[in-house]
Amino acid sequence: MDLTYTDEEEAFRAGLRDWLSLVLPELPAKPSPQDWPGRRAYDTAWQRLLYDAGYGEVHWDASPTQRLIFLEETEKAGAPYVGANFVGLLHAGPTIASEGTPEQRDRWLPPVLRGDEVWCQGFSEPDAGSDLASLRTRAWRDGDHYVVSGSKIWTSHAEVADWCELLVRTALVSEAVPKHRGITWLAMPMDAPGITVRPLRTLAGSTEFAEMFLDDVRVPVANRVGEENDGWRVTMVTLSYERGTAFVGEVVACRRVLGELAREARGNGRWGDPALRRRLGRLSAEFSALWRLTQWNVSEAQRTGGVPGVGGSVFKLRYSHARQELYDAAAEVLGAGSLDLAHEWTLDRLSSLSYTIAAGTSQIQQNIVAERILGLPKGR
Amino acid sequence: MDFQLDDDQRALRAGMRQLLEGRFSLRDATDRLDRALWRELGEAGFFSLALPEAEGGVGLGLPEAVLVFEEAGRVLLPGPAVATFLAAGVVPGAATGEAVVTAVDGALVPWLDEADVVQGEAAGAVPLRSVDPLTPLHRVPDAGGLDRGALLYAAEQLGSAVRTCETAVQYARRRKQFGQPIGAFQAVKHLCAQMLVRAELARAAVYAAAVTGDRLDASAAKLLADDAAVRNARDCLQVHGGMGFTWESDVHLHLKRAWVRAELGRSARAAEEELAEALIEAP
Repeated sequence: MDLTYTDEEEAFRAGLRDWLSLVLPELPAKPSPQDWPGRRAYDTAWQRLLYDAGYGEVHWDASPTQRLIFLEETEKAGAPYVGANFVGLLHAGPTIASEGTPEQRDRWLPPVLRGDEVWCQGFSEPDAGSDLASLRTRAWRDGDHYVVSGSKIWTSHAEVADWCELLVRTALVSEAVPKHRGITWLAMPMDAPGITVRPLRTLAGSTEFAEMFLDDVRVPVANRVGEENDGWRVTMVTLSYERGTAFVGEVVACRRVLGELAREARGNGRWGDPALRRRLGRLSAEFSALWRLTQWNVSEAQRTGGVPGVGGSVFKLRYSHARQELYDAAAEVLGAGSLDLAHEWTLDRLSSLSYTIAAGTSQIQQNIVAERILGLPKGR
Repeated sequence: MDFQLDDDQRALRAGMRQLLEGRFSLRDATDRLDRALWRELGEAGFFSLALPEAEGGVGLGLPEAVLVFEEAGRVLLPGPAVATFLAAGVVPGAATGEAVVTAVDGALVPWLDEADVVQGEAAGAVPLRSVDPLTPLHRVPDAGGLDRGALLYAAEQLGSAVRTCETAVQYARRRKQFGQPIGAFQAVKHLCAQMLVRAELARAAVYAAAVTGDRLDASAAKLLADDAAVRNARDCLQVHGGMGFTWESDVHLHLKRAWVRAELGRSARAAEEELAEALIEAP
């Protein structure tokens, strides 16, 4: 067991720190969380800076430990988060990198890394959220095109995206074709005729996702990643990335916020409350342990050289709830100030409500842990 | 960074598990200390593991100590193992398991009547009717005892938390109601999943604290491991239903020991206050 870094890793960290200290003071002010076109411009510009400095591929090509260092240092320095680039960099990109053809990788990966193109995620449907495999958006073959009709919901970043990682049904469910078969993974251009996007306003006021209606949208067969009807397997590759690595930087951020909460409480007189102090002390232990669990999972991935495993579900289960508890504690520290939307912690508190739902609800994650790790039987 | 067990550590853990499983039965345990077992543990290097080789030890570190204490916690080994371990190299005979050493810990002294040596001021100690039938306890009037061994108690709590999770899963796979194993019901699955989450979070904290040797890390580890041991035992009892409430199953012994250990080493209140105070100073 070892928590020290190699000389090479420390050199990577030092180089990154130096670079961050040069570029971050020059960045323009962050756009409002509600302004998605503004956020797209801001986030893609940041990605371009990373690309030009040689950090563009850090999520894909770097070792897991280097990726961990990257997320830790960028968060500590207060650098922008992946934001609008999330689906392309952490989701569609890794999927295409591992499942796509050489032509597909050449076509789609460089623009993502340069921040030229933004992706959205078209997985969920009104009747297929947690039970994703029951999705019904259909795609028929017409020559060298698929013709797609149906609707999607919770389509992350649809308002500002150039491409959509789209799951469609290419074979009707039957005895011969169970629902997990018959699904296909397509890259759909968002400017194709027949696509209607209607942004959904979240309870935090943001339009980070949308409803999407697809009416005979033509997608080239060449845009299919993986085989026809094999999209579920391709999707599982994607989801293991989402659950395995997507939240790492945020743990560092939560530890920082916890310190800010304590100092705020000391300043406003709330620190005298032993119940509050004990609550913050316990959260400190939780977030330290979540960071250690991250290092444990990353070390394991580094040893096995593989895709992040189901251990990500263990992390996500605790992290998503701990994050909500953190911002509830922030509300207790702020008192009446917690009702002021001008306060960053108030917006973060609202946003944190999605964490136990998005990327698989806590209840689904518990089923995954119970069945795939603990070996309990499938059932009701 | 390779925050995983290496081959030697895996072998150490496996060897200790084999020794304890072959030699110790919870069914036969009483509130009298098994001195023969204590000496066998001493011979196996359990108490002297961290001593330098020149002093008859193996020269290993805190990570290895944590691994063997996790195994002790897994089987609910009775006896003042933490105090004896810490006394190795200080009290003659402790390292070999010849001398049984206990210590005043907060307001409590475990195994006072069975111990050969008591560290700390135990004058005026009065016996309690201990909630844990396998841990005799005395209470001291001046509660100002030593605050040591938090991480080793945490390791024992971790072992217990892992064991009760495994026990609950085994029972949930075997026990049938409504025509299927109860483990097929989500309500039971979710209890088990949460047990694993608590145990794995505690494991990350305990192992990291062993690597860093940092006092605050040890406080965090103790806090989370206490929580994992107590709550996992309660959930394990719940999964066992009526059987869990009887003396027939071992579950209650895990819960009672977890309660005792939560008061030893560093209490939740002390750990939380300490961690909160450190937040103010953090950069």
